[in-house]
Amino acid sequence: MSGSEKINVEVSKIIPLNNLVTRFEFKRIDGELFPTFSGGAHTIVEMKDGGIIRRNPYSLMSDPMDQHSYAISVRRDDEGRGGSLFMHNSLQVGDDMVLSYPVNLFSLDLRAKKHLMIAGGIGITPFMAQIKQLDRSQGNWELHYSARSPSLSAYADELLTMHPNNVHMYYDSENKSIDLENLLDGQPLGTHLYICGPKGMIDWAVGQAVNLGWPSEAIHYEEFLAPKPGKPFQVMLLASDKLVSVGENESLLEAIEREGVDAPYLCRGGACGQCETTVIESDGEFIHMDHWLEDEEKLSRKKIMPCVSRFDGKTLVLDR
Amino acid sequence: MSNFSFPESIKSRPTYAKLEARAGKSYLFVADAEGAEAIIDLASNDKSLMFKAHVIYIPKNTGKKYTSQLEKLDINQLYIGPSYTAAQSRLKRTLESSHMGLQLFLSGTEGLIGQAQRDAMAAGIPHTAIQSEHRGSVGRRMQCVHCKGITEDVDVDPFVCSHCGLSLFVRDHYSRRLAAFQGVCIDAEEPGNIPTAVELYK
Amino acid sequence: MTIQFNDETFRGDYTFKNSGWALKRFPFPFHEDSYMYSVNMEQHKGGPAGSIYEKRFDVDEHYLSEMRDRAEVLKEDPLRCQSLPNMTLAGWDLLELIMVSKSEDYPDMFELQRKGDKWRWINKPMEIDDSFTFLDEATLPYGPMEYITRQTQGDFVVLDQRDENLWMDAGMVTTQADWSLDFDIGMNFFEWHAPVPKAHEMGIFVRALKFLLNVQQGAPARRLNWTMTVNPLLDTSPENYHKWGTQKRTVTADNIGEKQFLRVELQTFFRLPRSNALVFPIRCYLASFNDLMTVPKWGRRLHRVIRDLPEELATYKGFIDNRPMMLDYLSKFDDGKPTSNGIWPDRETEPLRD
Repeated sequence: MSGSEKINVEVSKIIPLNNLVTRFEFKRIDGELFPTFSGGAHTIVEMKDGGIIRRNPYSLMSDPMDQHSYAISVRRDDEGRGGSLFMHNSLQVGDDMVLSYPVNLFSLDLRAKKHLMIAGGIGITPFMAQIKQLDRSQGNWELHYSARSPSLSAYADELLTMHPNNVHMYYDSENKSIDLENLLDGQPLGTHLYICGPKGMIDWAVGQAVNLGWPSEAIHYEEFLAPKPGKPFQVMLLASDKLVSVGENESLLEAIEREGVDAPYLCRGGACGQCETTVIESDGEFIHMDHWLEDEEKLSRKKIMPCVSRFDGKTLVLDR
Repeated sequence: MSNFSFPESIKSRPTYAKLEARAGKSYLFVADAEGAEAIIDLASNDKSLMFKAHVIYIPKNTGKKYTSQLEKLDINQLYIGPSYTAAQSRLKRTLESSHMGLQLFLSGTEGLIGQAQRDAMAAGIPHTAIQSEHRGSVGRRMQCVHCKGITEDVDVDPFVCSHCGLSLFVRDHYSRRLAAFQGVCIDAEEPGNIPTAVELYK
Repeated sequence: MTIQFNDETFRGDYTFKNSGWALKRFPFPFHEDSYMYSVNMEQHKGGPAGSIYEKRFDVDEHYLSEMRDRAEVLKEDPLRCQSLPNMTLAGWDLLELIMVSKSEDYPDMFELQRKGDKWRWINKPMEIDDSFTFLDEATLPYGPMEYITRQTQGDFVVLDQRDENLWMDAGMVTTQADWSLDFDIGMNFFEWHAPVPKAHEMGIFVRALKFLLNVQQGAPARRLNWTMTVNPLLDTSPENYHKWGTQKRTVTADNIGEKQFLRVELQTFFRLPRSNALVFPIRCYLASFNDLMTVPKWGRRLHRVIRDLPEELATYKGFIDNRPMMLDYLSKFDDGKPTSNGIWPDRETEPLRD
């Protein structure tokens, strides 16, 4: 079975927060309680956009203890495959959707003496749930949140009001950025660092921490890696005996699923390894976009992660 | 040089490597007996490490052999102590006031390395971030699985638990939390049938 | 459903007995005539009615006696139940999982009433009726993991998931096959399995870990493991080895049928929601050789498995010295006929022996 258990829901609220970000809230159709979850977990949202089924992962930002409703926030991406556009433009209150059970690939280390959180833009979402979880257990946390401008910083007001001493905002529009080196310097032993935001921010923050001698076990990050659109290509699914054309605005995994082949997946963001697929034959260039395969594996031409990676060439034969 | 090459063993058996310089905000060294050699070797490659270093050294029975060498190294803070237990409160206080970016280097007997590692982990340092180089005696700290007492400096197998008197065989199964290897009753199935003790690794 | 609970002992006079019902559902672990390690995981989603797989946490006739034995073990040695500070939340997750599962699966025996965080738990067989506040340790007589596992059959190991590994950071371990929670607590998946021969080279643990790291909420898994024990002794701990070790030598050709026990572990794996930890219940089922020989297929198969088992496995499982005697006994029940695949007895074609 692919993915995790599923929940049938209907959209209960749609709240635009600013020009780019909208919050969506869901209620279960069967009236049962939602499963509770650990802060940092995400759900795979399944949406029917015309004839296409899209499955996108979004961090759960609601209070883990609130089992009556789930909430996510989606940033509109005009250059994406279309999932966020569908949600922003086409979805309505009352519409039916399917959510997966929560899956957590960005969990808190509960041994930490202090949780130091760095958020960039929409990367704030997993921290919303984690903060609520930590507050219940009097956890020691601090958030540094970088956003484009006050009007484009989702939830900043709420966070600053509730936690005036633990939340620090940095607006590009005011030329303020996180002074990371100073921030990291002087953190007590046993602090864990959590980063969620664009790839550039993650690379910068991780690099700084490592250079200052922070052990990698104390550094955690989640990148919202959405599969990028790309040049269409053909792939042969040998085990299913199907020749599939992967379109510009769908991922390899989505194309495989569209053809009715049940391929394994979990995070759909190149991080968890579940969709790892064996390459039987290839003639062309691999476009590896995942965080899962080792460098040698990427060069070996024997493996690919279909949720986010693509191919450019004459032949690609997969064991699916 | 008093390096010992440990034979390959099970996955829970600790392994050691040469100490290497690593970027960090401050440097803390804990060593006993011949473990000082590892610090001296590291300093010979990069003297500047010592300017920011705090060294806690327990000579055990090596007398002044290594202390005199350490004293010449321009170490920022050098403490010579009679035993790990005596030094423990100093180590804990140092760890309490340390910040992220602290690099910890342990060298010497497995017993010293294990105990310092245990105390550092309690202070929040992941064990994989701690460097450790074995030097000197191959005696082990052994926990008697029956009475939970720890017998120090065990270098024969089987040995007698210094707390409850049972004869125990030496296992390679190791607990970082207890900083000890496991000792299990050797004559549980045939009481009295205790093989002659042999030296470890022979 | 009503279960007639036995009043029996797992130590001293060893009055443990399996009823016909218990034997009928015994999880014979060998699906073929030989045994080697494998990552033999499957979904834990029910099973044939009445089988040990049907309910999430199986309750059988040995329930009350096992809980009494557990209480004895803990009285002698409280270190059999430990929880590192970061695992209290996982303990609450486990308490909820067991209370919800048992009250749903066995409504005649267990009841759970919840009003927000005010809960009331009724365990009829153990005559427990406790009201408490969920997530408030001060309102329970023990920490949450200890509280609920003192009322649930089987050992429990609670694993923290971090750094692409599983860490044994809490557990209730009183029916173990010769390993020490006090020693192993804090170790990761490869470390606590370090003493198992052959399996590491076979890559078993790398594959098993990958599977377990991906077990998700609502989708538990299970597998069987097995070993041998002399006498129906549940507490075969290393801590007490110097007390029970001599029992191995008390097996004779005359008593082996009643004294030699096959000990099968039903291992299940559940993802815990609030902590993202993984709980690993290890449920122990015992059957004597006499009991097992009543099923002709098991008689044939057990002989062949034990005969052909590699020496390192027989040594690690602790019965290498008694193996010759076991084979003398078992060979009498092996007429050389072929055995069917799978673990279930062939009840239609071969009725049970008396």
